[in-house]
Amino acid sequence: MNYNWDWGIFFKSTGIGSEIYLDWFVTGLGWTIAIALAGWVIALLLGTLLGVLRTVPNRWLAGLASAYVEIFRNVPLLVQLFLWYFLVPDLLPEPLEIWFKQDLAPATSAYLSVVLCLGLFTAARVCEQVRTGIQALPSGQIAAGYAMGFRLPQIYREVLLPQALRIVIPPLTSEFLNIFKNSSVASLIGLMELLAQTKQTAEFSANLFEAFTLATLIYFTLNMGLMLLMRAVEKQVAVPGLIAVGGK
Amino acid sequence: MDFSAIIPALPGLADGLWMTLKLMALGVLGGVVLGTLLALLRLSPNRLLASFAATYVNYFRSIPLLLVITWFYFAVPFILRWITGEDTPVGAFASCLVAFVMFEAAYFCEIVRAGIQAIPRGQMGAASALGMSYAQSMRLIILPQAFRKMTPLLLQQSIILFQDTSLVYTVGLMDFLNAARSRGDIIGQAHEFLIFAGLVYFTLSFAASQLVKHLQKRLAV
Amino acid sequence: MISIQNVNKWYGDFQVLSDCSTEVKKGEVVVVCGPSGSGKSTLIKCVNALEPFQQGDILVDATSIADKKTDLPKLRSRVGMVFQHFELFPHLSITENLCIAQVKVLGRSKAEAREKGLALLERVGLAAHAHKHPGQLSGGQQQRVAIARALAMDPVVMLFDEPTSALDPEMVNEVLDVMVQLANEGMTMMCVTHEMGFARKVADRVIFMDAGKIVEDCPKEAFFGDLSARSERAQQFLAKILQH
Repeated sequence: MNYNWDWGIFFKSTGIGSEIYLDWFVTGLGWTIAIALAGWVIALLLGTLLGVLRTVPNRWLAGLASAYVEIFRNVPLLVQLFLWYFLVPDLLPEPLEIWFKQDLAPATSAYLSVVLCLGLFTAARVCEQVRTGIQALPSGQIAAGYAMGFRLPQIYREVLLPQALRIVIPPLTSEFLNIFKNSSVASLIGLMELLAQTKQTAEFSANLFEAFTLATLIYFTLNMGLMLLMRAVEKQVAVPGLIAVGGK
Repeated sequence: MDFSAIIPALPGLADGLWMTLKLMALGVLGGVVLGTLLALLRLSPNRLLASFAATYVNYFRSIPLLLVITWFYFAVPFILRWITGEDTPVGAFASCLVAFVMFEAAYFCEIVRAGIQAIPRGQMGAASALGMSYAQSMRLIILPQAFRKMTPLLLQQSIILFQDTSLVYTVGLMDFLNAARSRGDIIGQAHEFLIFAGLVYFTLSFAASQLVKHLQKRLAV
Repeated sequence: MISIQNVNKWYGDFQVLSDCSTEVKKGEVVVVCGPSGSGKSTLIKCVNALEPFQQGDILVDATSIADKKTDLPKLRSRVGMVFQHFELFPHLSITENLCIAQVKVLGRSKAEAREKGLALLERVGLAAHAHKHPGQLSGGQQQRVAIARALAMDPVVMLFDEPTSALDPEMVNEVLDVMVQLANEGMTMMCVTHEMGFARKVADRVIFMDAGKIVEDCPKEAFFGDLSARSERAQQFLAKILQH
């Protein structure tokens, strides 16, 4: 078990085509970003909708949203992924099932499963943040909306959501970062995202410390970059005289 | 769908569940101990120690748990060899546990730190005024109060860890999920076993989180 | 314009309004006063159906509030309301606050709404602040904007729910001045307030409430004229308020 350090490993050939190991990392990062962003779109849209439903004055709708949250929060992410990837396709109507299992490239079907899984999983968390944000607003704002002749959907659209979404940018940022980290579960259904490429590099080259160090650095940098991006967004949408932003 | 095959498999599944619970319990225990230590470092007046702890926390919070588990599984045998100079066989269980403890410590650290900071400053002053040392004040006055306040958060994090233990699937450790998967595969009833696993996780996790909510309400009064 | 008819309201077992009846005629200014918890804010919120009530009815411009077929949002768009805590929308600029309901509820064009809003802002003396956000204005300024926002809807009646009680003392008058001006222009107004100076100056009638009941409902001259003719509770209340 002698270990040969070689930090130049990333520029060496993988022995497959003309690829160097760095190419693997780039491809992997591409998948990671593609999973996380698509999942985030689902999470944000569905999560906001659910967050709204949890606060509406209708027991059935609020209960429905609440049940969603409990189910998706209390089943491990990996179990959910296996359900979406292994079980759900078998339950589809036959033409869809054949399309999913035979017509799609394996990477595409894995990608669709993981995006849907992460999107729905994260939506439950986004829902709770949005609900907290809405409930944090003074109740007089709803009264003022009604008093001006708004209907409930208008009150949500024009009054509550624009304020609540601003308040919850910090906790949403951490969910946004989580979806990037959680996208690594895709490696367990064979999608070659960043972690899977790292593992493959470690196994092919035997330079596992270098491989994992680079992966760590990439995740770390990604994290930092996204955090700065979200801070910029927060500053961009800040309302003058309302919330002090950005540690000034 | 036919769930009857699950009944004869129950003893094996129970072994898996035991593994999951063991990982969670030891992970929480180690994570809280290491996390508390890190929190004390983060709050210490020594800048070097404080920034070491801060870096540790930021580092582990910005990478996926799955990466840590995978990495430690590969790396722990190497590291042990460098330390002891001889080949020491390390099972997946030990490497996973180390991964959980080190990873969760970063999260527990933040909970403990917030808990300590929520204790009014006057408490520390009062303890010093009674002639207690810094260590005594922390141990006897501040930490007991802080832990009482943050119990719900610590429990919530433990529930998250309970779910996250399923990630040991990646190194083939026979936890509950893996036990269910492998048994289901063998007899060709993967779906039934997967659904069963999901239901068990949901039931335990949901019940625990309802208990935590209840506790939170009682503590809030 | 407003006809409140035998309104009863309960929170669970607790009765907050019992058998309240009164009228506000077109062009009339009615001040509602009473100790805290007397139900005066609840009553005024029933007028535009922000608070539901279990018995009785309220007619606003001949439209029934209790009638299930009544389009409440449409009714509310014709009733202006000013709140204790202003309730401007903090994420919108002053101009946007003035325009939003005109555009989204009344369907006016943006240009029309803007013109109307700015004219009203001018009237409450805040034209220079049009581009700012509510958080950048003082409480008194915010309340004047809130009045302008309500007026922008061309309401047939204005409701004021303790419009000055959240204000620092030095800002009370700037808001009252706007309200006096409005009263003098003939606006129909129902005001929950403790500002007896305002009541003396412009009110036609004063209503005194206690424990969910309308105890006094009489012309201003009578209310302030002969204290001995007032109920004991009203005398106690007035003694406390008028001392300073």
